Amino acid sequence: MTLPADGGTSFRSDASAQETQDLSTSGGHIAVIQRVLVRQLKMISAQACGANGKMKDYHYSGPVEHKFSPYAFNGGTVLAVAGEDFALVASDTRLSEGYSIHSRDSPKCYKLTDTTVIGCSGFHGDCLTLTKIIEARLKMYKHSNNKSMTSGAIAAMLSTILYGRRFFPYYVYNIIGGLDEEGRGAVYSFDPVGSYQRDTYKAGGSASAMLQPLLDNQIGFKNMENVEQVPLSQEKAVQLVKDVFISAAERDVYTGDALKICIITKEGIREEIVPLRKD
Amino acid sequence: MALSSVLRSESADFADSFNQPFAHGCGLKQAGLGFGEAVDDSLNFAVKPLGEGDEPERKIEFLHGTTTLAFKFQHGVIVAVDSRATAGSYIASQTVKKVIEINPYLLGTMAGGAADCSFWERLLARQCRIYELRNKERISVAAASKLLANMVYQYKGMGLSMGTMVCGWDKRGPGLYYVDSEGNRVCGDLFAVGSGSMYAYGVVDSGLRHDLTVEEACDLGRRAIYQATYRDAYSGGQVNLYRVHSDGWERVSQEDVLQLHIKYESEKA
Repeated sequence: MTLPADGGTSFRSDASAQETQDLSTSGGHIAVIQRVLVRQLKMISAQACGANGKMKDYHYSGPVEHKFSPYAFNGGTVLAVAGEDFALVASDTRLSEGYSIHSRDSPKCYKLTDTTVIGCSGFHGDCLTLTKIIEARLKMYKHSNNKSMTSGAIAAMLSTILYGRRFFPYYVYNIIGGLDEEGRGAVYSFDPVGSYQRDTYKAGGSASAMLQPLLDNQIGFKNMENVEQVPLSQEKAVQLVKDVFISAAERDVYTGDALKICIITKEGIREEIVPLRKD
Repeated sequence: MALSSVLRSESADFADSFNQPFAHGCGLKQAGLGFGEAVDDSLNFAVKPLGEGDEPERKIEFLHGTTTLAFKFQHGVIVAVDSRATAGSYIASQTVKKVIEINPYLLGTMAGGAADCSFWERLLARQCRIYELRNKERISVAAASKLLANMVYQYKGMGLSMGTMVCGWDKRGPGLYYVDSEGNRVCGDLFAVGSGSMYAYGVVDSGLRHDLTVEEACDLGRRAIYQATYRDAYSGGQVNLYRVHSDGWERVSQEDVLQLHIKYESEKA
């Protein structure tokens, strides 16, 4: 292993006797590299400091690495609840990036069919593209099969769409809410690469870790003793969703501004908008 | 079979298309994501890697956050799994189905990346069905496991994470194979996969005999998973138990770990 015999700031070529001996052993290479690196570090810090040893101000000479990230995080929280004969999909309407808010009126629920709504949070660019692709596939299905896709079918299709980008994922947390073929409420929750399952309730997005335990307690009655497990009525569910988002807006910076709830029943899809904290 | 061609084709694809290299755009490398909340939040039965820049090449395979086990005995194969899915340290779900029903006589288990396991095993189900239609007979467990192993081998090194056991009953009797995304495919009588596997092995090894009754074997599998969930933080939820016999598989039980705990504690007293 030879070191370049350059003058100035590159490697010094006068390897000491110890290093020459080290080079002949296998572990010795590592020792030599370490010594060279220490020397380089000392040289760099010598440049950064002036003659008296104090750091020179605001001067960094050397290569700076810039990274391009194809993703951004736009925040937002989505929630879906399935009842006996209804389903709710709710999302906040704040669109943020870093410390800024881009928009206070950017809801994350998208209507797909008369019985299905999807909530997407994460990277807004991918959310838009993904919903466009889903809508196109829905149209194709409608034209070739002469019927609308059912909620379960949409969920299975979304899973393969997401997995198709397994090696460059859509940075989107999806939750589908709708009615299944028997008219009962159905919620399907996804991860960014397409793993999905049917749930009774699910929270996704930036405040999901805060909301999910609350839902486990109020809807799932998890780990509670001596409690009467009543099925959720539509009015109670809507009230619960409002309360839960008000709490999320208190403690999550990316959640707030307004809440949009889509209530899906066999009569159709009704929307409710509720204001939230704007700070 | 190329992943891309399968996904794009709307109709059944009977010609085995040549494998095209997967288009990498701005290939997603975990290290290159600019912000703290990594996309690597995908639903995982895997423990999150420690952070980039540790070792240039990770030769040692990470243990996956789950516990799944399967063993053969005289009356078939017992398959027992937990049901927890984690994204980092957040428990994303306690009710995940980690046993995939490939067809009425073949089961596959899930450990590692949830999407990887469910997608490839669903693809395996399709391939098994095509085999049945072409050859007018059921596919053997060896062949099914080989199909899966060959499918994922094409993506070796690209970051798939899947550790699965293919269990079934065919002409040769009960069959059990372990297949993973590294390219391993081994036949055996007993496997436990996941971060809780060591705890499960301890329990099964001490109680396993070839001549167990069905009841005893089910109890052994259930107990092994329960003990693993007790000690492993990344396993938990419910214990799902299946049995494969000569007529196919049947779902034996689904029990919450908390209920099992109460039951075993009362038995101790």
